[in-house]
Amino acid sequence: MKLKGRAIFEGKAEGKALVSSSPLSFYGGVNPDTGEVMERGSELLGQSVKGRVLVFPYGKGSTVGSYVLYRLAKNGAAPCAIVNTKCETIVAVGAIIAEIPCVDKVDVGKIRSDARVRIDGATVEF
Amino acid sequence: MHLTREEEEMLAGEQGHATQKAMQILVALGRIYDAEKLVRVSSVQVSGVSYKNLGDAGLEFLSELASDGKARVKTTLNPAGMNLTDWESQGIASRFAEKQLKVIDAYEKLGVEISCTCTPYLAGNEPGFGEHIAWGESSAVAYANSVIGARTNREGGPSALAASLTGRTPLYGLHIRGNRIPTVAVNVEAHLRLPEDFAAMGYFVGKAVKDGIPYFRGVGLATLEDLKTLSAALASSGGVAMFHIEGLTPESGLGARSLEALTFTEKELAETGSILNDEGTPDFVSVGCPHCSLTELATLAKLLSGRQAKREFWICCSREVKRQADEAGYSRQIEESGAKFALDTCMVVAPVEELGFKVVATNSAKACHYLRNAGLKVRFMPLEQCVEEATRSA
Repeated sequence: MKLKGRAIFEGKAEGKALVSSSPLSFYGGVNPDTGEVMERGSELLGQSVKGRVLVFPYGKGSTVGSYVLYRLAKNGAAPCAIVNTKCETIVAVGAIIAEIPCVDKVDVGKIRSDARVRIDGATVEF
Repeated sequence: MHLTREEEEMLAGEQGHATQKAMQILVALGRIYDAEKLVRVSSVQVSGVSYKNLGDAGLEFLSELASDGKARVKTTLNPAGMNLTDWESQGIASRFAEKQLKVIDAYEKLGVEISCTCTPYLAGNEPGFGEHIAWGESSAVAYANSVIGARTNREGGPSALAASLTGRTPLYGLHIRGNRIPTVAVNVEAHLRLPEDFAAMGYFVGKAVKDGIPYFRGVGLATLEDLKTLSAALASSGGVAMFHIEGLTPESGLGARSLEALTFTEKELAETGSILNDEGTPDFVSVGCPHCSLTELATLAKLLSGRQAKREFWICCSREVKRQADEAGYSRQIEESGAKFALDTCMVVAPVEELGFKVVATNSAKACHYLRNAGLKVRFMPLEQCVEEATRSA
């Protein structure tokens, strides 16, 4: 399937999807050194975002979360791409400063965890 | 979104790496929030200064930007995690201090004024009515929009810095007059006598209206201190970026339409006060969230005269207001009591939980909110009682 969204940070990436149906918090929610999800109650608890196409509706929590994405990238533990329903400030700023390809305005419910996903600009193919 | 030729150049990297990153951030935000164009700003307040919140990630990013970025407009800074010149006496660990000073170095290199206060409007960053600005620090955002009538969205650290490095911000949200009209009325029936009553009201209303724009009726008069603490409370329990007070704030005339209304009576005032009080005897007392005004320091000097602090007592304020208090003679009176000025920082952004304190007494609803999140117990009380608590024999 091929979905056309809106590019927040343009780029190309390919990887296995990691899907959360609920919003994600990066500050305090993801370990900036390892990429492991630590937020209690998150359906991704204990899984790593490293190298994955991270799919979730939108970000939540502290704006410091943008810096967590940056740190993940510096540590080689960042997702290879981000796909959102509606991107907000925390994730948009984080994706830009960390240079992670990011697309929004995509129906994230269509993407299954572990599916092979290809991102190119505003296009999401799986 | 429409960009001018100069803005296109910035985006293409022709004015350096930091300017390009900043412009990418602004353009992305502009697209997300459907801004038509960018607008020039006259003032920026940058949040994200304490190493406690930034961590190594934030420090690395700031250092990267500082390699070729420069502030283009007046830019001031939020509080840091410690007193920048006398952190030892605060008990701050040297590892933390070292990192904190690196953060400050990066901001200095970026041309940001090392003001380290959450009340820039008391320390020389004073925009006028109708000016477009880009401020972080949620309490200052609410104050600037509501009390001054300047226009800003609630910026995060990187987006405020991006505005500083380009002199621009996307034109959306509270930059547009039509988005500044109230969304909910608050009929105030409680008698508000003290700034702490305004704080409690803000805490109650913020929780109820989330990111709405409340319109307060029946408040009558309010002091700068009342409005400062109201702004902080509204922005901590909720996401309020602007409010109006009938007959008082400069854009309250925008609010004539019929609105759904909340009521704030003596009952809500008392209940909010008790919600903000945990069990326990305070081992730490702190006032100045937001940072104290000169009037508050005058009151503290009077209250502390001839008394001794029996427990750790922090009075948080900016260096600028402290300088004014020095001239007026208040500082000497305060310091003679053994109370400590916490300059450049405050009880919320300093690593208080690592200093071994368990129960904090404060007159700030905002501080109660964030200290609880950090795992401390809190006691909310008026300024005068905070002084009693600090000077009471064990």
